[in-house]
Amino acid sequence: MSADMTKTATDDNSDGMSYLETTRTKLVTIWLPLALICFVLLFPFYWMALTAIKPDHQLLDFETYNPLWTWEPTFKHIQKLLFESNYPRWLWNTMYVAFAATFLSLICSVLAAYAIVRLRFRGAEVAGGLIFLAYLVPPSILFIPLSTVIVAYGLFDSPLALILTYPTILIPFCTWLLMGYFKTIPFELEECALIDGATRWQILTRIILPLAVPGLISASIFALTLCWNEFIYALTFISSVPNKTVPVAVVNEFVDGDIFRWGSLMAGALVGSLPLVILYSFFVEYYVSAMTGAVKE
Amino acid sequence: MDDFTLFSIGSGTMTATATLSKDRIEPRYSAWERLKSNRDWLGFWFMMPAAAILLLFLAYPLTKGVWMSLTDVKIGRPGVFVGLENYEELIFFDKTFLYSTGFTIIYTAIASAAKFVLGLYLALLLNNNLPFKSLIRSIVLIPFIVPTVLSAIAFWWIFDSQFSIISWALRKWGVIDHNINFLGDPILAQATVIFCNIWRGIPFIAITLLAGLQTVSPSLYEAATLDGATKWQIFRHITYPLLTPIIAVVMTFSVLFTFTDFQLIWAMTRGGPVNATHLMATYSYQKGILGGQLGEGAAIATAMVPFLLAAIMVSWFGLQQRKWQQGSKE
Repeated sequence: MSADMTKTATDDNSDGMSYLETTRTKLVTIWLPLALICFVLLFPFYWMALTAIKPDHQLLDFETYNPLWTWEPTFKHIQKLLFESNYPRWLWNTMYVAFAATFLSLICSVLAAYAIVRLRFRGAEVAGGLIFLAYLVPPSILFIPLSTVIVAYGLFDSPLALILTYPTILIPFCTWLLMGYFKTIPFELEECALIDGATRWQILTRIILPLAVPGLISASIFALTLCWNEFIYALTFISSVPNKTVPVAVVNEFVDGDIFRWGSLMAGALVGSLPLVILYSFFVEYYVSAMTGAVKE
Repeated sequence: MDDFTLFSIGSGTMTATATLSKDRIEPRYSAWERLKSNRDWLGFWFMMPAAAILLLFLAYPLTKGVWMSLTDVKIGRPGVFVGLENYEELIFFDKTFLYSTGFTIIYTAIASAAKFVLGLYLALLLNNNLPFKSLIRSIVLIPFIVPTVLSAIAFWWIFDSQFSIISWALRKWGVIDHNINFLGDPILAQATVIFCNIWRGIPFIAITLLAGLQTVSPSLYEAATLDGATKWQIFRHITYPLLTPIIAVVMTFSVLFTFTDFQLIWAMTRGGPVNATHLMATYSYQKGILGGQLGEGAAIATAMVPFLLAAIMVSWFGLQQRKWQQGSKE
């Protein structure tokens, strides 16, 4: 839909009509609403981080201390989290499951996308359509029957249950994204290789994959984020405390009656989000292209 | 894999030329060679891994779920076929089910509409020539990156009944004189979870629509301005029509995932107070997994399917229609 349109938009360097607007109108019509929206979008994270480093006596006392700032930051909550709880184990589980599921999905998706786009076997279009449909099946309608399947395969309470079920969310997404990337690689390259006697497998590993590296990065970091975010399967298929992933553990294991639990709860949420935010800050462009690539046909 | 096997087919051709005495010049490949270059055969094997996972863990559970909804299976006990009994039970005797269905529809409708309007507005704001544009765009996307459950926990704390920072701020400004019980009152709790869903959904919609907006050439806006179009007319007759296809896709996803939302509710309210914030997904978890009534849980999950299909149909055909109007070939 967008190939030719993208070209027009980037080719002419016109600024549109924005030069007609004065700085003062811009301040009111653009910067003010933008600042407001950014404030609302970011405030929860500020509050989360602040609570995580507030000492206990300031946590609930809004009258004697200004709740929006603290002059005595403490790493007590984070330290307790990392050294006196199962948290490192949960973090490890989350990462292990996320990386394994992403890797597995990427292999399946590369093969499937290449076959659909370039082998064009009989029924390739149908296969592409079915994979898109799989994209539209949400985990919330699958988890109950899937839990009986997991139990029947003997995978219950094992990380393998998550490593094998997460790809059902990731494969459709990655396949569609990679199909888009593979389509942009010129046919001629492949024809040359075929004439030179390369096999399909060699074409895929030597020509297509090196050229599709940006697509692979987009797909994998986005898939990692989806895995990290996944909740309902991890909640249903994992029962023992040490095997849980961070999101599930934070919701289930931190909620005791303690009135000061908020400090450790927010520390848990903060430490659980940071790896993703750091990863994100390095790969912003890839994230955006993954997101927008996935919604374009 | 080794280097390119440049000579494997070449040697085949050599043998073929050697037997030129026959009329037909045709390289003689072994059956295996032919099979190796057969598109259908290769395609089958390339599709195999993805198909295996999707069949085992997606298609099979999907059909199994429908079957389970017709049985009285419980955790640790195989069920027998009971026909539509689960559905009858839910529709005629289970008030919570009807209530959660109603709330799911309201939740989806309000949240999707608000996400669309605010997301589009944010995208339009970001589409201006701004300094630090890419930085602002990266900041806007952060709520989408942070796992939903973890930000929901932060919201849980923000909307705490006693120590809510919002109550504190409003009291300071003299708007209210006692704390608001955000998650304790049914209506307020519903409004709160809807707000959180909107908060979480805006970045995705804004950034994807921004990508669509960036494909619209500024010269179209110039031309329209020269013709005397107002800002609203420009939006209505240039931006919006060009954006429709991407809007349709984005909103399909948004509606789909809002309707089947689970994490946010589970982390913040677990369906309470008095089942007011149960969505169909959380209710099916409560019935099916916590209550052990797998059959009934599966019935609730299956009951979501018609709604989802309807949502997909509406946006899909909306999209098609727009394409015809534009006369686009793709």
